Amino acid sequence: MSRESGVVKVDGEVIATRRVGAYHHLTIVAPGVAELARPGQFAALAVGGPTSGTLLRRSFSIHKVSPSGTYGGTLDLVVAAKGAGTQWLTGLRAHDSVDVVAPLGRAFPLPTEPVPCVLVGGGYGSAPLFWLAEVLRERGCTVEMVLGAASEDRLFGVVEARRAADRVTVTTDDGSAGQRGWVSDVLPEVFRRTGAPVAYACGPMGMLQSVTRVAAEHGAVAQVAVEESMACGVGVCMTCVMPVRGKDGVTSMVRSCVEGPVFRGDRIRWEAFHDGVCGVPEDTVGAPRTGGH
Amino acid sequence: MAVDMSVTFTGRTLPNPVMTASGCAANGRELHRFFDVATLGAFVTKTVMMDARSGRGTPRMAETASGMLNSIGLQGPGIHAFVRKDLPWLKSVGARVLVSIAGNTAGEFADVARVLADSDAFDCVVGVEVNISCPNVANRGLVFACDPLASGKVVALVREQLPRDVPIFAKLTPDVTDIVSIADAAVKSGATGLTMINTLLGMVIDTDLLRPQLGGITGGLSGPSIRPVAVRALWQVTAAMREGRVQRVPLIGVGGVRTGRDALELIAAGATCVQVGTATFNDPTAPQRVLTELTELAGSHGVDRITELVGVAHDRMVVP
Repeated sequence: MSRESGVVKVDGEVIATRRVGAYHHLTIVAPGVAELARPGQFAALAVGGPTSGTLLRRSFSIHKVSPSGTYGGTLDLVVAAKGAGTQWLTGLRAHDSVDVVAPLGRAFPLPTEPVPCVLVGGGYGSAPLFWLAEVLRERGCTVEMVLGAASEDRLFGVVEARRAADRVTVTTDDGSAGQRGWVSDVLPEVFRRTGAPVAYACGPMGMLQSVTRVAAEHGAVAQVAVEESMACGVGVCMTCVMPVRGKDGVTSMVRSCVEGPVFRGDRIRWEAFHDGVCGVPEDTVGAPRTGGH
Repeated sequence: MAVDMSVTFTGRTLPNPVMTASGCAANGRELHRFFDVATLGAFVTKTVMMDARSGRGTPRMAETASGMLNSIGLQGPGIHAFVRKDLPWLKSVGARVLVSIAGNTAGEFADVARVLADSDAFDCVVGVEVNISCPNVANRGLVFACDPLASGKVVALVREQLPRDVPIFAKLTPDVTDIVSIADAAVKSGATGLTMINTLLGMVIDTDLLRPQLGGITGGLSGPSIRPVAVRALWQVTAAMREGRVQRVPLIGVGGVRTGRDALELIAAGATCVQVGTATFNDPTAPQRVLTELTELAGSHGVDRITELVGVAHDRMVVP
C-alpha cells in the first residue's frame, strides 16, 4: 500500500541474483517502487523471513529500477555479505521472496542547468551512480566518473561506468586495477579539467569527507549519500542520526534515513566522527550539558 | 459475530486496545505513510522532556537475538515544539494520543505536564504516560522507576498539573527486585494505570573491535526476546491486584509484541491495552497488522468482547 505517500511496502520476488566481484547483484520484482524512485534513494529489506529473529532491516541504495519488465516493476540492489543478515540476502535464489520497503530517503538534487558533473563511488557505493549519470546526461550534463576501491574485486560497475559516463577514472589502494591510490588523489585533476560545480558521491564516510574537501578546494559543492547503520530505515528508530548543519547554520542530530541519505557534504560535521564512533558537537541543539544529561 | 474490540479506562473509550510504543513510532507522520494512525486505539508519542535534546552520539543501536539494544538518549524537540507542531498534526489526522513525558527531576515532569495541559490540541490527548525509567539527576542518576518513593513523587506532581479526568499511566522498568512495590507506589500516588514494561538494561561488546558496541556503552534491550519478562511483570502485578494487595487499575502491556498472538498473551496475563514497539522497525505496518490478527484471534476464542480475555489466564490455571 502507498497512501500516496511516495513509499511502498511490498512482498518482493527475487528474479535474478549473480555474483559481481566481491558483491551480489539482486534483481527483485517490487511493484510500485520504480514509478516512485529517484537516484540516491534506498530500499530497506527485511531479512530471514517472516519469523526471523533478525528484526532490523538492511538498507541499500537503489542501483536501478525498471517500471515494466517481463515480470512487472523491478528493483536492482548491490549487496555485500558482511554479516548474518546480508548473508541471508546473498543466499536468496530466484523466486524466493523478500519484504521490501522503498523508495526511502532524499534523492540526489539535480542541477537546473546542463553543467559538468563529477560522480565518485567507493566500493559498491558506486551502485546508484550509473542511474544518476543517465538522468544527468538526459538533462544535458556531462558526466565524469571516478571509481575507487581497496582492490579490483571490490570495484563495482567499471564496465557500466564506461557506458554511463563521458569519462571514467579508476583507482585501487593496491594498484590491482586503474591508478594506485585513492579517489582523492585523482579528484583535483578531474575538477580542474571539467570545471564541474557539483560532485555526487557515495561510499565510506572517510571517502565522502575527502570528496567534500577536494570539491570545496575547487569551488564545487559535494552532494554525498552517507552510510550509517539503521534499524528501521523509515524514520522512527532514531538510530541513524549524525550532526549536520542546517541552512541556518545550526547543527542538529538528524536522521540519515529521512533527512538524508543525501546531504551537502559541507553541512556534515565530519570532525565528530572518529573510528566508527560519532560524538555530539557541543554547539548541537540540545547537546548534553555538564551536570545535565 | 464480530468481536467488540473497544476498551474503556478512566472513563475513556478507545475503539481497540492496540497502540504504538513510545520511541518506536516517532510522532506519527512517518508511520502514517504506511497506515492511518487514527485506526489504532491510541498513538503513543516519543518521550518528550522540557527542552530540546540532541540525544547521544552513535552507534546508538546494536542488534541482538530477537531484539536490539538502543541508547538514543531521549532525543526530542522539547515540549514547547511538541505542542506547537507534533500534537496538532496528530489531532488533525484524528489520532487519539497517549503522550509520553519525562524529566531530569520530578519537578521537570510536572512542568512538562503543565505545558501539555495548557496546549491548544490537548483535547486529542487520551492520557499521559509518565516515563519514569529515566535517570533522576537529583539522585546520582538513579532511575526513578527503581525507587518507590521517587516514582510516587513524580506521579503525584504530574497528577497535580493535569485535569482529574486525564488518565496517567506510569511506565515501569522490569529492572527492579519487586515490581509490585513500584506499581503500588505509583498507584497510591495517583497513577490511574500502569504501562509495563520498559526496556531492560543490557550491553553488547563488538568482538571484532573488542570494545562496547554502543557509544553510550549500555542500552535498553527490546524486542521479542523480552516478551516473557513483560508477561511475567504483568502477571505479578495483576495477581497482586486480584489478591487485593494493590488497588486495581488498568494495565498497558508492552514488550516484544510482534503478532496478534503475542498481544493476546499480554492481554491474558492482565493487560487491557497492548503496545507494539520494536516490531515496527521490522515491519512499519506492525501495529495495524497486530490489531487485525488480534481481532481474528479473539474471534476464534469465541468471546463477544476483547475485555473478556483480560487476565483470563489467571482463571485457567490447572491445579492438580
